[in-house]
Amino acid sequence: MMRPAEAAARLLGALAVALLAGCAAVPSKVDPLEPMNRALFEVHEVADKVVMKPIIDVYTAVVPKLVRTGVSNFFNNIDDLFSGVNALLQGKPEKAGNDFGRILVNTFVMGGIFDVASDLGIERGDEDFGQTFGVWGFPQGPFLFVPIIGPTTVRDGTGLLVRIYAGPVGFIPDVPLRNSLYGVGAVDIRAQATDAMSIVDTASLDKYLFIRNAYLQRRRYLLYDGKVPPDKEDE
Amino acid sequence: MMDRFACWVRGAAAVVAVSAFALAATAQAQESPEVLVKRVSEDVIATIKSDPLVQAGNQARVREVMETKLLPNFDFARMTALAMGRNWRAATPEQQQRLTDEFRTLLVRTYSGALNKYRDETIDYKPLRMNPGDTDVIVRTAVLKPGGTPIQIDYSMAKAAAGWKAYDVIVGGVSLVTNYRDEFNEQIKNGGVDGLIRTLAEKNKGATAK
Repeated sequence: MMRPAEAAARLLGALAVALLAGCAAVPSKVDPLEPMNRALFEVHEVADKVVMKPIIDVYTAVVPKLVRTGVSNFFNNIDDLFSGVNALLQGKPEKAGNDFGRILVNTFVMGGIFDVASDLGIERGDEDFGQTFGVWGFPQGPFLFVPIIGPTTVRDGTGLLVRIYAGPVGFIPDVPLRNSLYGVGAVDIRAQATDAMSIVDTASLDKYLFIRNAYLQRRRYLLYDGKVPPDKEDE
Repeated sequence: MMDRFACWVRGAAAVVAVSAFALAATAQAQESPEVLVKRVSEDVIATIKSDPLVQAGNQARVREVMETKLLPNFDFARMTALAMGRNWRAATPEQQQRLTDEFRTLLVRTYSGALNKYRDETIDYKPLRMNPGDTDVIVRTAVLKPGGTPIQIDYSMAKAAAGWKAYDVIVGGVSLVTNYRDEFNEQIKNGGVDGLIRTLAEKNKGATAK
């Protein structure tokens, strides 16, 4: 077992080597930190295999589907609140109304454990702080790969920090409960990604590039609410 | 008299045959892209839901269903050319053929893996806005999962002599074809077009990604 400090030192060493090695290659526009990101991606892959995957396997084997869906719905209900807030911040009152309507319906039925709103045909919103910053004109910034969290950009990562800071889990004074909620939230996200990750394994020639490009395409699509302007670089 | 009658019959038969053929051909050509997407999707779903071999997880049968029902509606040469970008013209016709075959196999493997995860989803087909003369359209659908967020799946389709064919699939805003462009570029930069062919072939033989 390595002590955390030692492990951190080794990781930093590996990053420094990766950064220096990257100097030879022409940096790409969207991913100028590619060598560092690739090193972090390798860390992520190991952490995912050694830590997250076994937890997910137990979670999906032990916890019944109905309960797992309830957990997803609980966290989704909180996300809906932030989707509504961000829709407002982006000047989309109709989308915000939809999100707040969902929260009203879902919270009053068993505190958000059942997604009654979806069954009623009120679709989930997908706004977040990263998109709001984009609508406000902040540039996307370099692509980043953060172990356990996954692909992001400077803009989206900042949005995520705002989101975490804004709560509500961070406001819970009971530390073990708060940390458990963070943990369950992370497990829930990872469990939902299991099918997609197995597809990526089959489809990709270079898993890092595949995930990066799919992430950036997806974020662009969300930023423009599905009406992406034609890309000049195509063909 | 007899001769004339026989001649008339033959002539009429020829007219009927030709018009039947023309009718069949126009019926084929006139099937609008969204009708085609719906017909093929529903057919594939009905088959994978009812076929006992597919239900038992028989991969060979899943591919057979795809080969016969789904794949004839895709233009794989165009998909490969799009994924290759400007490198496509640098490849010889033989290389282009091999690339198309390998890329096709890779997409089929990926898609049949995804089909295995298909449970009780339904598909919502969005109405298509299209002008009469259009030869390039996007057919929009959404896959609805009970209690889940709908996933948008769009098909870029072009009209060819043989009817409409899809040349890209866009899942939740992610174009399957353009997503490969950087990966293809990287392989070509490192090992040329033959290097890319080799990597695709190895991948298709079951090797996993790095």
